[in-house]
Amino acid sequence: MDESRRPLLRMEGISKHFGATCALEAVDFDLQRGEVHALVGENGAGKSTLIKILSGAVRPDQGTIWLGGRRFAPASPLESRRAGISVIYQELNLAPHLTVEENITLGREWHAYGFIRRRRMREKVREVLSLVHHQEIAPDIPVQQLGMAARQIVEIARALLEQARILVMDEPTSSLTGEDSQRLFGIIRRLKSQDVSIIYISHFLEEVQEVADRITVLRDGQKAGSGRSEEISLDRIIGMMVGGEVKEMFPRVAHQPGPEALLASEFKGKRMPAAVTLSLRRGEIFGIAGLVGSGRTEFLRAVFGLDMVEGGWVRVGGDEILTGGPRERIRNGLGLLSEDRQGEGLALSLSIVDNLTLSFFAPYVRLGFLRVGRQKKAGWDWIQRMKIKATGPTQPVQSLSGGNQQKVALARLRHQNADVFLLDEPTRGIDIVSKSQIYEWMGELASRGKSILFVSSYFPELLGVCDRIAVFHRGQQVDVKPTEEWDEEGLLAAATTGRSEAL
Amino acid sequence: MKEATGGNRRIRLLVNFLGPFLGLLLVILIFSLLPDVQDRFLRLGNLKSVATQSVIVALGALGMTFVIISGGIDLSAASNIALSSCVIAFAVNAGWPPWLGILAGVLVGGLIGFVNGTLITTLRLVPFIVTLGMLGIARGVAKWMAGNQKIDAPITWVNELMARSPRPSWLLTAPGVWLMILLAVAMAVVIRFTVFGRHVFAIGSNEATARLCGIRTKRTKIIIYVLAGLFCGLSGVMEFSRLTVGDPTVAVGLELDIIAAVVIGGGSLSGGQGSILGSMIGVFIMAFLRNGCTMMGWPNYIQEIIIGFIIVVAVSLDQLRYRRDS
Repeated sequence: MDESRRPLLRMEGISKHFGATCALEAVDFDLQRGEVHALVGENGAGKSTLIKILSGAVRPDQGTIWLGGRRFAPASPLESRRAGISVIYQELNLAPHLTVEENITLGREWHAYGFIRRRRMREKVREVLSLVHHQEIAPDIPVQQLGMAARQIVEIARALLEQARILVMDEPTSSLTGEDSQRLFGIIRRLKSQDVSIIYISHFLEEVQEVADRITVLRDGQKAGSGRSEEISLDRIIGMMVGGEVKEMFPRVAHQPGPEALLASEFKGKRMPAAVTLSLRRGEIFGIAGLVGSGRTEFLRAVFGLDMVEGGWVRVGGDEILTGGPRERIRNGLGLLSEDRQGEGLALSLSIVDNLTLSFFAPYVRLGFLRVGRQKKAGWDWIQRMKIKATGPTQPVQSLSGGNQQKVALARLRHQNADVFLLDEPTRGIDIVSKSQIYEWMGELASRGKSILFVSSYFPELLGVCDRIAVFHRGQQVDVKPTEEWDEEGLLAAATTGRSEAL
Repeated sequence: MKEATGGNRRIRLLVNFLGPFLGLLLVILIFSLLPDVQDRFLRLGNLKSVATQSVIVALGALGMTFVIISGGIDLSAASNIALSSCVIAFAVNAGWPPWLGILAGVLVGGLIGFVNGTLITTLRLVPFIVTLGMLGIARGVAKWMAGNQKIDAPITWVNELMARSPRPSWLLTAPGVWLMILLAVAMAVVIRFTVFGRHVFAIGSNEATARLCGIRTKRTKIIIYVLAGLFCGLSGVMEFSRLTVGDPTVAVGLELDIIAAVVIGGGSLSGGQGSILGSMIGVFIMAFLRNGCTMMGWPNYIQEIIIGFIIVVAVSLDQLRYRRDS
């Protein structure tokens, strides 16, 4: 066969069982030189197992891998890396205190008798950095001073230094802004032109279609379909992913906005000084669009009393709130869903029921003692109401999937009888079925007269569920309009430029 | 895939629960099989003396369990014990009624804890640093107060708290032992069944979440350190009862025994895990080991080596268990 037409990587009939569960069943996958091949599927569909097999972390029960025409059976991640396969995981593997250069060369420092040869190394580092050009990155900057996007690029540079032929990117844009994602796609295109092949894993289907040449969909450990990305539609991809479980991505629940529920006036947080004025009505889903760092998260946190307030005021149900912290805000009827589910939103080692009731123990307390039986019973109720997949209320939250974890965090707000829901990226990193359930849940809340502030970086979902959408830019609300008057381009333009009518 | 079946989980919970127990039984079993000591080891008299020897560490460990579950550490525990023992000796010596002396000793312990907690929460310093500082300060103050020597005190009923043959004799064992058991049960209830206990776990598991859920984390943490301090104060009272003098140089390094007991019993230094029962078992594992080694006539350093091993083995077994769980 012609050298240039033969796939660089071919995985044939890969199967893997863990105990009784079948993680992969006869999956085929191949990758051409200089190709971006996206791997999509729900959590648990088998994407990560497939990658682990390729990277040598897990050995397949059956199947063969061909790399550059030769049999390839990596016994360890190191062997796979030596063969030119680099995986960039969602949780980046960088030492924050070390500089960019030290990180890039970590483990393969040029040295003479143990002494580092700095000049030699610097040359090499500059070379790879020029390939992935990013303004924030200079060799001597400690990685902890870099933003998420830049850190990711440092990882890519490290892979390039190792002369990776295949780059596996696991959810590379999940913590990036739209702008940074675009920059990353630019780098991916440049790498392609250098004949680097990329396996691209993502939940964001629109961007998958944008960046990938081919798309393979996995479902329940099997290949559900595959095709060139310009030939398969979004709906078909979703259909293949869920196998008919989701009828509609954004189920509409009829609701009617009523009187004002929350009013913020010239409200300033200490961390994000510009002033925000907005009003939220009862029974309304109000979207806040903006880039990371636009002040949306800071606004929610300051309203909820987690961050210091600098000026202005907020009224909830007519009463002004200013003093106190989260405890008082919860009493005011506010509930905040943190954007950082694992770091802040949930106490991972605690049980479902403890996480759920932590903000409102009152119904289960007599004289300071917890009535554990009642609490547990309530836990069962909520598990059913929120359709949480779990063995029972005492199961630790850390053993749940992302979507189910998020349902626990959301159930907590409902449990504490919140009237105003401040939801910060509620669907980040969770599966499609859970997403759709959460959209529906938000609609139901609104139909019961609850108010929702819905912060998201993912514009399609804002357009799909909100009644009105405001755009934040540099700590300020730059525009607010009914959803019908927005489209994705308009939101993006306003979020990036701070002007509502971008030319 | 990740979800174990209900029955399986119950078995695992049982194993987790029994784990430290098995360790304790193993230690007892080994010594009761060693021909040199087997006839003496399990005698009632010996068991009583093991129990009495455990009281001081056990009381410290009760408070330390709360601290460690909340993700903190209290290195000042042993210094606090020494200081409290001097305070009560000082008070009794000065002619205060014994009960007032006890109260003073316990309250000084609580005060030390309050200072620890306040510094940790208001200055936002890590507990390790604050309590390391307090380790020196409390010890220094004790020596200063005692004029760098032992404080003699008249014999009172306080000294009977740790007497091996108690009066009245129907008590069977020292009143201090009963107090320890009583408090251990009480604290187990507090930690498992009260809102405060649940907040302690929440703070240790994820402080940011606790704050998000409206828990007054600062206040709760101060209470935790005060509680730990009060227990150290009580432990100091027991130390005084045993020694009949106030000794500012007593219990040097004992904080490590206390921490070890909690850790052997399943407490995690990163917070969120631990139990009173586990900590008490940890205390008894170490007490039985000490006692058995002494009976065997083994030198002190053998005990130290064995206990060192036990700590590492216990924690790595624990880790293994959790890794398998997740």
